[in-house]
Amino acid sequence: MRKLLKYLRHYKLESILAPFFKLLEAAFELIVPLIVASIIDDGVKGGRGATYVVYMCLILVALGVVGLISSVTAQYFAAKSAVGFAKELRSDLFAKMQSLSYSQIDGIGTSRMITRMTSDVNQIQSGVNMVLRLFMRSPFIVFGAMIMAFTISVTAGWIFAITIVVLCVVVFGIMLITIPLYKKSQANLDKLTASTRQTLVGVRVLRAFCKEDDEVKHYNKENAALCASQKFAGLISALMNPLTYAIINVGTIILLYYSGLEVNSGSLTQGEVIALYNYMAQILVELIKLANLIITVTKSFACAGRVSEVFDLPSEISQGDGFVAADSKHYIEFKNVCACYSGGANALTDISFTVERGQTIGIIGGTGAGKSTLVNLIPHFYGAREGEVLIDGNDVKDVGDNQLRAMCGVVPQRAVLFRGTIRENMKWGNPQATDEQIMSAINCACASDVVASKDGGLDAYIEQGGKNLSGGQRQRLTIARALVKQPEILILDDSASALDYATDAKLRANLRELDYNPTVFIVSQRTSSIRNADKILVLDNGCLAGIGTHEQLLENCQLYREIHYSQYEKEGA
Amino acid sequence: MAAPSKRGVYRRILKQLKPYSALVALTIFLALVTVAGNLWAPIIFGDTIDLIVSRREVNFEGIAYKFILLACVIAATCVAQWLMNIINNRITYEVVRDIRSKAFAHLQVLPLNYIDSHSYGDIVSRNIADVDQFADGLLMGFTQLFTGVLTIIGTLVLMLTLNWIIAIIVFFITPLSLFVAKFIATKTYSMFIATSKIRGEQTAFVEEMIDNLKVVQAFNHEEENGRQFDKINDELTKTSLKSIFYSSLTNPCTRFVNSIVYAAVALSGALTLIFPSVLPIAFSAGKLTTLLSYSNQYTKPFNEISGVVTELQNAVACAARIYELIDEPAQIPDAPNAKELCDVKGDVSFEGVDFSYTPQKPLIRNLNISAKAGQRVAIVGPTGCGKTTLINLLMRFYDPQEGKITVDGNDTQNVTRRSLRLNYGMVLQDTWLMQGTVRDNITIGAPQATDEEVIAAAKAAHSQNFIMQLESGYDTVIGEDGGNLSQGQKQLLCITRIMLCLPPMLILDEATSSIDTRTEMRIQNAFAKLMQGRTSFIVAHRLSTIKEADIILVMKDGNIIEQGTHEELIAKGGFYYNLYNSQFAK
Repeated sequence: MRKLLKYLRHYKLESILAPFFKLLEAAFELIVPLIVASIIDDGVKGGRGATYVVYMCLILVALGVVGLISSVTAQYFAAKSAVGFAKELRSDLFAKMQSLSYSQIDGIGTSRMITRMTSDVNQIQSGVNMVLRLFMRSPFIVFGAMIMAFTISVTAGWIFAITIVVLCVVVFGIMLITIPLYKKSQANLDKLTASTRQTLVGVRVLRAFCKEDDEVKHYNKENAALCASQKFAGLISALMNPLTYAIINVGTIILLYYSGLEVNSGSLTQGEVIALYNYMAQILVELIKLANLIITVTKSFACAGRVSEVFDLPSEISQGDGFVAADSKHYIEFKNVCACYSGGANALTDISFTVERGQTIGIIGGTGAGKSTLVNLIPHFYGAREGEVLIDGNDVKDVGDNQLRAMCGVVPQRAVLFRGTIRENMKWGNPQATDEQIMSAINCACASDVVASKDGGLDAYIEQGGKNLSGGQRQRLTIARALVKQPEILILDDSASALDYATDAKLRANLRELDYNPTVFIVSQRTSSIRNADKILVLDNGCLAGIGTHEQLLENCQLYREIHYSQYEKEGA
Repeated sequence: MAAPSKRGVYRRILKQLKPYSALVALTIFLALVTVAGNLWAPIIFGDTIDLIVSRREVNFEGIAYKFILLACVIAATCVAQWLMNIINNRITYEVVRDIRSKAFAHLQVLPLNYIDSHSYGDIVSRNIADVDQFADGLLMGFTQLFTGVLTIIGTLVLMLTLNWIIAIIVFFITPLSLFVAKFIATKTYSMFIATSKIRGEQTAFVEEMIDNLKVVQAFNHEEENGRQFDKINDELTKTSLKSIFYSSLTNPCTRFVNSIVYAAVALSGALTLIFPSVLPIAFSAGKLTTLLSYSNQYTKPFNEISGVVTELQNAVACAARIYELIDEPAQIPDAPNAKELCDVKGDVSFEGVDFSYTPQKPLIRNLNISAKAGQRVAIVGPTGCGKTTLINLLMRFYDPQEGKITVDGNDTQNVTRRSLRLNYGMVLQDTWLMQGTVRDNITIGAPQATDEEVIAAAKAAHSQNFIMQLESGYDTVIGEDGGNLSQGQKQLLCITRIMLCLPPMLILDEATSSIDTRTEMRIQNAFAKLMQGRTSFIVAHRLSTIKEADIILVMKDGNIIEQGTHEELIAKGGFYYNLYNSQFAK
């Protein structure tokens, strides 16, 4: 939380004024019982008469008005700094998230990042707001009431002090006991959620095996456990109201007894007794508010901790100083490259190969063989753990990610388009692209029919995730988006899987004819997509199982043969 | 299914509470005791203060008597309140348990049609979040509505007996705070709507960009995103400042009204004390104290009740959603004279079957298939042609609208679902494993199987090897959705569980996603072993499977357009011929 406090720096004045005005309001509230005492002692009993009483009551109203003004001011400043705080926090957080590396993104997971960004920040915002509003007020009223009691009578003050201590022990004690209990029932509730999901997701299998009764039995067991844990937690938290009520009233009884003694001896008046009685009533309300506030603040702290974790991630984006002239025989070279998943297991082991400018490289292998990992090393989306990935003799980790990515056109496995027009999506590749450039990229990606089929052509609107397009249409548009960039290196990461064979072939023919002659990497699971490549890498479990042309590999790579013949029959090849 | 009327929902909730009527009666009684105690105590305190007048005018004997009375009242109130809280908790949580149980049991008999056409998230949130919200509303209703109303009435009555003028003043000023609160609420409502709209926009943007952060980075699009984000962020800041500020005015304003009431009570109370002759009311400083503390307490239940009312409205809306789920018609139960399928040979036929998921979109029309015992039936066709629908019909996940499906000559509508399904072994492409150990998952169809039988099945299905490599072998716990198993391993486990019970008929859905070649070969072998001597329906993607089938059904748009062996269909030169050429030839 402390780290996040810097986001209040532009709202320093507001953050001080808010609690200040709250204190002011509280101070006015504390004066009220004194005035009531004076009404009774001086007005009624002391014979100062009706005019005095009316005067005093006008002061009460005036105190109310001043209190209203101060608290409205306080609310405004509190809201302003909380909202401003959240704004700057969100903006920074978003920037930080955008700067995370691929492996950091994998590590946190996108759904968690979204939660940090939305509900966590909101919770922190309301935490800041509540703290500014109440954190000063409640303790101030509680202790203020006690101090006022001391000014009236020392004995009474001590009675207040003891009552407050006992109340605190009870209120916070019950909270401390019940919080873990509620956590436990929450865990039980999560189990119920999982069970409900399971019965829906697995409905076909469960019904195929006639497991309905078992499911109900299992669920009822968990349901009963939840109910029991809720009742138990309730049993203890149900003590809160009666116990605090008892303590405050016992405190009042003792207070009145001592007051009786002091009035009898003449050191206290009846009006002052009434004032003390009123102060006692104020304590309880504020203490309960404070307890609730602490719950909110604890939640906010937990959220702040999670948000701070994101900020604490080290920056893994390489700035780099661009390409330097280097003596290199090959355009791209992998030298004994190993890469690993965030879990630690090797995704790639000892991969070495070379690529010349303008070549087409095919990469094939089963799922989890490391194909995507391999191509992701080229634009330095992931770093190699061992070995070097060189472009023009420069290690990609020293080149600088922005420059590297500007020269690579990547078509990811998952065909993602963004809300906006087709043109806006295409301009991701190059913000300055003209319509002609865009259309030629679209033609090359065999996507002109997609644009033609949509009302408005390039101005057609694409919904979130490209929902209004088919999988094949999305894939072709993502390919076009990468081509708008006119990249030196084009990476197709299994991105033609939804295309039929004819379109796939046409696309590859178009790529060969591009005048800027990019170096192309094609990841695929189909041998037909890569058989014409200059070089094919066969990956098996992260290792290079073979390298060569289609014919060479058929000749001498067992795995490649297996893959090929499982897709084509022997005689068909 | 129309949403039940609000009134209907209230009636349902009351019905739900019926088994707890004794407890409800008790909690109402305890609420009465609590409120009575809460209201009585300030009176005794007031009386006590009246006994403390001034020097040498303190009646200690009277005070002692009052204190004993107070102790009794407070003790009774505390005990009553505690018991009331416990009983309220018990009623709420048990009612909620009952509802959840009922809803879950209902999920087991809902037709698949319903489950397929509703998002899981929606159904889960009805059973979890909605029920929770309902519980909160119910609990608040019990604890605060009763006591709140009782407190208001009790306070008014007591104020009237103490000093009717003050009572009338309070009675007329207090509603002001309600009006103020209501006024602010309606004014801020539109601001909240605006805020949540922009917040929604921001969330959508964040979701879209964070979800696809890798693409964003690949295109160096971070800066542009940052600009767009800040734009939305600024707007959000403006509107949320307004909505937060204006909504936070409620408390200061009601407090202000409260202080006016307080001043009015003090004024009128003090004046009646100064001019006792004008009004024939027996009044004292102690009574004034009582009234002052009443006037402080009196507005609280008003605020609480208005909170409870919103909460209750919410709860009723949630309850309506839950009842909607519970009321959803269940699948047609087995006919009373439905017989058990036993000693199945495996002759399966479709006779003039018509089926569609929605009446507007006819899918399958006049479908006729006949598979003899032990035959292999391969179903091929482009995606969306109705292959999965056939599985749904065979397993009676859905029933045909016309025609019949028979097994050994028995119309499947006239046999129990249970016996029908137990005679089929099904391996779907989207493998699903339940949470539990590997063994739990394998023995799902045969819970009594011995370890030897399980191992034998695993060996036959080629899964023994990888199971033994798992951390604790057969006792390895598989997390939600298969956890860390690979797709291929999951499929092998699904085959193993069929291998263990070996039903006479099979439904197999070949995986389209490629699995590493070796696992793939194992799966093929396992499939082949399974199919020996069993009637098998295979949704086929692999040429070898298709070629070895006894019958190939070529489906397109819900119809069987060609039927025959591979050679026959190739010779025919029709749709299959084209499909074959586009997918499998060079």
